[in-house]
Amino acid sequence: MSTKSAESAGAAGVGDFDPGAPYRCSPQVSLRPEPFGALVYHFGTRKLSFLKTLPLVEVVKGLEDHPDVHSAIEAAGVEEAQRPAYLKALAGLAASGTIEARQ
Amino acid sequence: MKLVDHFQYGLNSPICLTWELTYACNLSCAHCLSSSGRRDPRELSTAEAKAVIDELQRMQVFYINIGGGEPTVRPDFWELLDYSIAHNVGVKFSTNGLKIDKKRAAQLAATDYVDIQISLDGATPEVNDYVRGPGSYDMAIRALENLAEAGFAQPKISVVMTRQNVDQLDEFKAIADKYGAQLRITRLRPSGRGADVWDELHPLPSQQKQMYDWLVDRGDQVLTGDSFFHLSAFGEALPGLNLCGAGRVVCLIDPVGDVYACPFAIHENFLAGNVRDEGGFQRVWESSDLFTELRQPQTGGACQSCMHYDACQGGCMAAKFFTGLPLDGPDPECVRGFGEQALAARGDDHVIPKSDVNHSRTKLGKKSPVLLQLSMGRPDAPSTGPRVSGRPDRACETSPLAGMGASDTDSGLRLPVAGS
Repeated sequence: MSTKSAESAGAAGVGDFDPGAPYRCSPQVSLRPEPFGALVYHFGTRKLSFLKTLPLVEVVKGLEDHPDVHSAIEAAGVEEAQRPAYLKALAGLAASGTIEARQ
Repeated sequence: MKLVDHFQYGLNSPICLTWELTYACNLSCAHCLSSSGRRDPRELSTAEAKAVIDELQRMQVFYINIGGGEPTVRPDFWELLDYSIAHNVGVKFSTNGLKIDKKRAAQLAATDYVDIQISLDGATPEVNDYVRGPGSYDMAIRALENLAEAGFAQPKISVVMTRQNVDQLDEFKAIADKYGAQLRITRLRPSGRGADVWDELHPLPSQQKQMYDWLVDRGDQVLTGDSFFHLSAFGEALPGLNLCGAGRVVCLIDPVGDVYACPFAIHENFLAGNVRDEGGFQRVWESSDLFTELRQPQTGGACQSCMHYDACQGGCMAAKFFTGLPLDGPDPECVRGFGEQALAARGDDHVIPKSDVNHSRTKLGKKSPVLLQLSMGRPDAPSTGPRVSGRPDRACETSPLAGMGASDTDSGLRLPVAGS
């Protein structure tokens, strides 16, 4: 089981997610503020997931106002050292359909 | 702080909100967790139900789990379904299949954001109908056929695991695969009428391990409602929330608007308020005394020193309560056997708390399950053959007018539905 999920996360992280491209929060997704960050529900896949920090919520909400993912991360004030972790989290959100590339 | 710790202290809104729309039901399942059967005259009206949906939308409750009773016997069920979806509150509803004919199946297949759970507690009619009543297996399968034919994507088959059906797990999976459905298995709780049959139905210790092993192999394909977290003490944690969510991420709204900590805890001790009260559901969720108390850090009580406490968190509150065990001790189905010891130590004079919310039909019909007929038979009666006479539990039970408005909780009015 663990092998399988590692593979799918890896594939999405490397192949599909391009932090240099413009993204947005999926219109099928609802974000609910919670003390730790936000709960995310995808009405299409019925998947519930979590944004585990408040800055990550800012990043996800801000995606559509920025030309690429990097600038959304910067605008949310995420420290340099933490950016790789944020990119990894966002790759996961892209793989699950929570965020998607926009034209 | 870990995510699960945040959950312990409660969320802004529930993740898993169950709403039993009616206590009316065409079936009389022996293990019904809500002791359903007859409609309660104080049931929320259509307008009141819509006001609750409006509130849930404001609170961003993403979806609701609608049950009963049999929710589809409410004449306004389809109206409320559409209303909820139109207000961004997705609907998952549980049904025994009664109303899922070809026309409804086609309508549902064309509706977004609706999920359906068909209840089936045996992979064969013998095992299923024993607890759910004659004809209920065929009714469920017919609904699954209709949904598959209409192209409804992935309905759920919802199974309560019992001593009689644990060996059928592979067969349940095969049925699910046949109809393009997803299998969902949940734990039997001694709640409602389940308390009367729990001793006979709850899985044996060896079967607990059997379920656990089966889930470890297939946990990614099968839904569980996170109800088997007490089994996590066998080894690796099962997928999902390994924590009692009562009042923290879970709650129940019952047909008359009462809000309980969880669907398996319909008892005044777990009643937090009513949606008709001032402040509505939101106030109950955010600041009722009961929910505030449930969100306090738990000490673990007698389980605190157990090496598996982190895995099982002491198990299910309702399972303990309705077997007469202390809430801060082991679950009756503790995988280390401490629950059995605790049950044995209760003594002959122990009192099992009984809910005063009971909408069971007082007379059993031809469609009642064999098990219910047996369990409702008088204890002093010979045990050969099914009995149809119920145990009198009200003064005027034997009067022909019994149940006709004599009780303030039950008008005795029955909906004209099949099987009643």
